[in-house]
Amino acid sequence: MSEPNKNDVMTYQKVGVIGAGVMGTGVAQNLAQRGMRAVLVDVSETVLTKARETIFNSLRVAGMFRRDDAPAADPEQTVGMIEFTTDYTRLADVEFVVENVVEKLAIKTEIYPRLDAICPPECIFAANTSAISITKLGGFTKRPDKVLGMHFMNPVPMKSMVEVIRGHHTSEETLVRGKAFLAQLGKEAVVVNDMPGFVSNRVLMLTVNEAVWLVQDQVASAADVDKIFRSCFGHKMGPLETGDLIGLDTILFSLDELYAAYGDPKFRRCPLLQKMVDAGLHGRKSGEGFYKYSV
Amino acid sequence: MTQSDARSKVRAFLEKFIRDQDFEDGDNVFALGLVNSLMAMQLVLFLEKEFGVKFTNQDLNLKNFRSVDAMVELLGARGIFAAA
Repeated sequence: MSEPNKNDVMTYQKVGVIGAGVMGTGVAQNLAQRGMRAVLVDVSETVLTKARETIFNSLRVAGMFRRDDAPAADPEQTVGMIEFTTDYTRLADVEFVVENVVEKLAIKTEIYPRLDAICPPECIFAANTSAISITKLGGFTKRPDKVLGMHFMNPVPMKSMVEVIRGHHTSEETLVRGKAFLAQLGKEAVVVNDMPGFVSNRVLMLTVNEAVWLVQDQVASAADVDKIFRSCFGHKMGPLETGDLIGLDTILFSLDELYAAYGDPKFRRCPLLQKMVDAGLHGRKSGEGFYKYSV
Repeated sequence: MTQSDARSKVRAFLEKFIRDQDFEDGDNVFALGLVNSLMAMQLVLFLEKEFGVKFTNQDLNLKNFRSVDAMVELLGARGIFAAA
């Protein structure tokens, strides 16, 4: 690996990634593909083992979509850039953290003070949340100026735009450093202000939820709801396919966070969504949601 | 395993993903937008598991997975078909 350029404070070498679910796995893979070392932390060894396997397979297949004839990177070598661990103290020397744990405030409340105590004082914390207030998360640390939101899209390595959220105390320097970090990942940012759900999910979660109501009320089948969005509006995916991709459990948790934050009944969860989540139909990642997938 | 068995299995797998649209064995399912990058991993893992092969990094080229014909040819090159 090349020596870090001492004149360029914007070059990141080692990044912490918290949570090895769909998003954390994607972020860790993207970092490794871009030559950065990643420390991927999760509470579960089983989840970490699965994450390693997913990243390895995804790297193998990534070679299929390369745009040039250059030989594909060796997946084994790329995955070697990632340390898979349950030990938070491995984050003692990271320069940047992307937090991707489950969309539940109670869990994030525990994690931020822990990161604050372990990570170096200059380290920035990016919350890859889809609905929770960045200002609130910043308040769980002694460095709210260094906390910002980064709402990555799925699949992370393939999506070039990130919704970046400026919390009430997020400093300009943090935003500049955050954008530099994203540039290193080959991504651009749209910066928005902090309010639960930001731009994307305040609209998207309502749309997915309402689409589930349509299926529950037998107005149309899931396939027909999606077909209308694809064929009539030119969307790449319909709302229910999108829900399956995001994870129906995540949709449910996000709706709950939005409901709690705004106290507005428009964010109430559709009972069918609750039932599907209870039944383990979490979408693409579990093999079945509104559609069936081979896992 | 015959070539025709393999062809049916590959088609059956693709048909699970490709709803409401017909496709020929020679059609480039990626170029037609019938299969996307998200499905690619599942497709590769399915072929490896179903036919007991492990593709090399060189094998993992879009050219080899673009159509039912191409996939059957790749499986043939991996020697999975019994001599007739």
